[in-house]
Amino acid sequence: MADITAPLQGTVRVKASPDETALRALHILGFLFLALALALPLSSLLLRAFQDQQGDFVGLRNFAIYVTTPSLIQSAWNSIWTAALTTLVVVPLAFAYAYGLTRSNMPGKWFFRAVMFLPIFAPSLLPALSLIYLFGNQGMLRWIMDGGSIYGPWGIIGAQIFYCFPAATIILAVALSTADGRLYEAAEALKASRFRIFLTVTLPGAVYGLVSAAVVVFTLVVTDFGIPKVIGGQFNVLATDVYKQVVGRQDLNMGAVVGMVLLVPAILAFLLDRWALTKKSATLSGRAVPYRPKPRAARDHPAFLLCLTIALTLIGIVGVAVWGSLIRFWPYNLALTLDNYDFSRFDTAGWQAVWLSIKFSLMTAVLGTALVFIIAYSLERGPRSGFLAGPLRFLATIPLAVPGLVLGLAYIIFFNAPGNPLGIIYGTLAILVLNSMVHFYTVCHLTAVTAIRQLDPEFEAVSASLHVPVWRTFSRVTIPICLPAILEIAVYLFVSAMTTVSAVIFLYGPDTKPASVSVVHMDEAGQASAAAAMACVILAISLSAKLLQLFMNGVLGRFTSAWRR
Amino acid sequence: MRFILFALAFLGLAPMAEAQQRTRLTVYTALENEQLAPFKQAAEAALRDVEIAWVRDSTGVITARLIAERANPRADVVWGLSVFSILQMESQDMLEPYTPQGAEALRANMRSNRSPMTWTGMDAFVSAICFNTVVAQQRNLPRPSTWQDLLDPRFRGQIVMPNPNSSGTGFLTISGWIANMGEQGAWAFMDRLHENVQQYTHSGSAPCNNAARGEFGVGLSFDMRSVTLKNQGAPIDIIVPTDGVGFDLEATAILRGTRNLEAAKRLADFTVSKTAAELYGRFYAMLALPGVEPTVRGYPAEFAQRLVSANFAEIAASRDRLLAEWQRRYDAKSAPR
Repeated sequence: MADITAPLQGTVRVKASPDETALRALHILGFLFLALALALPLSSLLLRAFQDQQGDFVGLRNFAIYVTTPSLIQSAWNSIWTAALTTLVVVPLAFAYAYGLTRSNMPGKWFFRAVMFLPIFAPSLLPALSLIYLFGNQGMLRWIMDGGSIYGPWGIIGAQIFYCFPAATIILAVALSTADGRLYEAAEALKASRFRIFLTVTLPGAVYGLVSAAVVVFTLVVTDFGIPKVIGGQFNVLATDVYKQVVGRQDLNMGAVVGMVLLVPAILAFLLDRWALTKKSATLSGRAVPYRPKPRAARDHPAFLLCLTIALTLIGIVGVAVWGSLIRFWPYNLALTLDNYDFSRFDTAGWQAVWLSIKFSLMTAVLGTALVFIIAYSLERGPRSGFLAGPLRFLATIPLAVPGLVLGLAYIIFFNAPGNPLGIIYGTLAILVLNSMVHFYTVCHLTAVTAIRQLDPEFEAVSASLHVPVWRTFSRVTIPICLPAILEIAVYLFVSAMTTVSAVIFLYGPDTKPASVSVVHMDEAGQASAAAAMACVILAISLSAKLLQLFMNGVLGRFTSAWRR
Repeated sequence: MRFILFALAFLGLAPMAEAQQRTRLTVYTALENEQLAPFKQAAEAALRDVEIAWVRDSTGVITARLIAERANPRADVVWGLSVFSILQMESQDMLEPYTPQGAEALRANMRSNRSPMTWTGMDAFVSAICFNTVVAQQRNLPRPSTWQDLLDPRFRGQIVMPNPNSSGTGFLTISGWIANMGEQGAWAFMDRLHENVQQYTHSGSAPCNNAARGEFGVGLSFDMRSVTLKNQGAPIDIIVPTDGVGFDLEATAILRGTRNLEAAKRLADFTVSKTAAELYGRFYAMLALPGVEPTVRGYPAEFAQRLVSANFAEIAASRDRLLAEWQRRYDAKSAPR
């Protein structure tokens, strides 16, 4: 296949130069966006790593101080092993779940598709509260801990597994969702065993997705400070070290130093991503026949059981928090009440924060999805030789590795700098939207890239030889085929914006406090039930967005995938 | 809404039109949530042409924001922030010198000693012990009345306190011990206390919140924290130790570079007024303005005598050193036990 397309592309390249110009222009636009909204803010913060509090240049002195911090090695090691263990648990679970969703004929797939997102439908405080209610010192299931404490590495790992599961599953489900049925027919005709087919057809097709998922989970765990802060006790990790420097000691310079150390996983992730790219070839060619799993009990029943177990666990954890939002005071007064939903009693912003969050998340989803998908398309289908393609690809992987806290501070320093014309968006909703689009860029980018890569470049080649401009191929072929992935990205952005805390806590203004920040404030004030209540409202809104997406998928599928039948 | 206001202004409804002219002051604060509405109401009633727009967050977050925004301050006034944060801002030359009218009447150790002043105190909050009586009964814990009582081996693994490197409340706690016992004595005390500590949390509010939920028997925090929790039915007692407690001030300052200096000065004047002090007295037992009787309940009569005498400037100056020493002693071996 690749042998045929390569020379074809070569000849097309000469004819299709207006297309190339258009795609090159998109490279420049994409690069400008990520430079302004990511690279420049980050570098203006990271410059602080080489300055003292007065702003004088001190070279590597801060790094020297940091390296001698006694707890550094301990923190780094703690970060690495908790992240590695979480990855080892999450990726196989997510693969099995995604496999069940895409490659089996089990019943209730739409239900499993909706449930898998539960963990990211609410701020991370919600699972932390649930785990405390379940396994804490007063917890309902504390006997499972067998005298051990939830406050420490096991609490962190448990909460992170829960929290990272959707991100890994979304990537793997997209990677597994489009397969060429001909390969399976051929394999069966050759009498290959099922195991052999799995090893030689299914797995190679999903390698890129597997690498991405592992990289994403590992980096998410390393950079998240919300979970270790609430449930990690005094178990030090690198992300809480940043928190200590910035929020505890208000030392932005040292915070910038640790922030730089945390970027190391990003660079490793980028290298891994490039490596996986060389292993990857398009699986859905123009002549592809979509793979349709036939009913087979030996596969469908275990898949159903496994997905059901995972889904019930997720529902159980969320269910505990929902119950927690309806009680007066854990664990001493379990009388049911709706008072916790009267938010103006606990926080001056009240329900206003919820409406603001919806507005802010909608804007993030609409703008972010368009941007992510167009940039990803220009990268995947644009000129490989483009000098901006490499830097653009690299920039797209950075946001994942930047702790929200670091990104939030970077935005203050860059956008609030005197004389920066972009300063007009400071303190408004616009900066929250921009920040969230960038903060959640990587997972969306990887999803878009995975979806686009599964389309054979032949589509473009044929269009080009028929003198169809690239934007037309894009809107008539790419978008319809990728529509499920596009909707997935939009909902992911919406939900992430609804639940994010770490970056926006530094950026909201007097009139733009989001609901997720209110959740943190109410919990800090000792109003755990009210905090759980607002988290549940966020959860309900996110869940509605997801159900709407699934519904639209069903409707659209009838039109846009008609060609596949 | 704005359209309606304009329409009303057209109709000659002068008081409504005046609302349009109000100066909007952005006020950064770490006050408790339930204090925001009454404080705003009182200030706007006293200064008719000023509107208060709060940005409230925990002490650490709001201070980090203020310092990150230093090059181009967005806040006009800071009203209700730990004096340690304010002193840090002072050392970075971020405060506008201004002596509010009547500020000389404040207790001398509760206001800036510069002239003109850079900050003024509002009230003091003190370190305290949140003691869960139900857990205490279950685990047979004695009721502590002094810090020294916490060294009792029966408290082994029962105490939770904020990590001073993450939380202002944690620093308040250890600075109180240092002021009270001297630095050597305080380190010796903390070495022994460390044996009984189950966990150093990153959040200053977590120890008391978790003690209220029975996760731990004893949480070290500050006095304000317990009121909300008790009202919800938590079985906790708030204990202000009798052997001297550290205190922190809530303070007010004007940001250097504010775009609304005149209105900011008038708000600063209001924050040291008797009206304002009476307002603080609804929540705090120790006020910066002498002669105002606090109306908050549940504090012992001789409360003021339990406060250690603290030199805030001196403690603030040695903060980095103290935190580094604390980290060296207790944080490096913080693997779970």
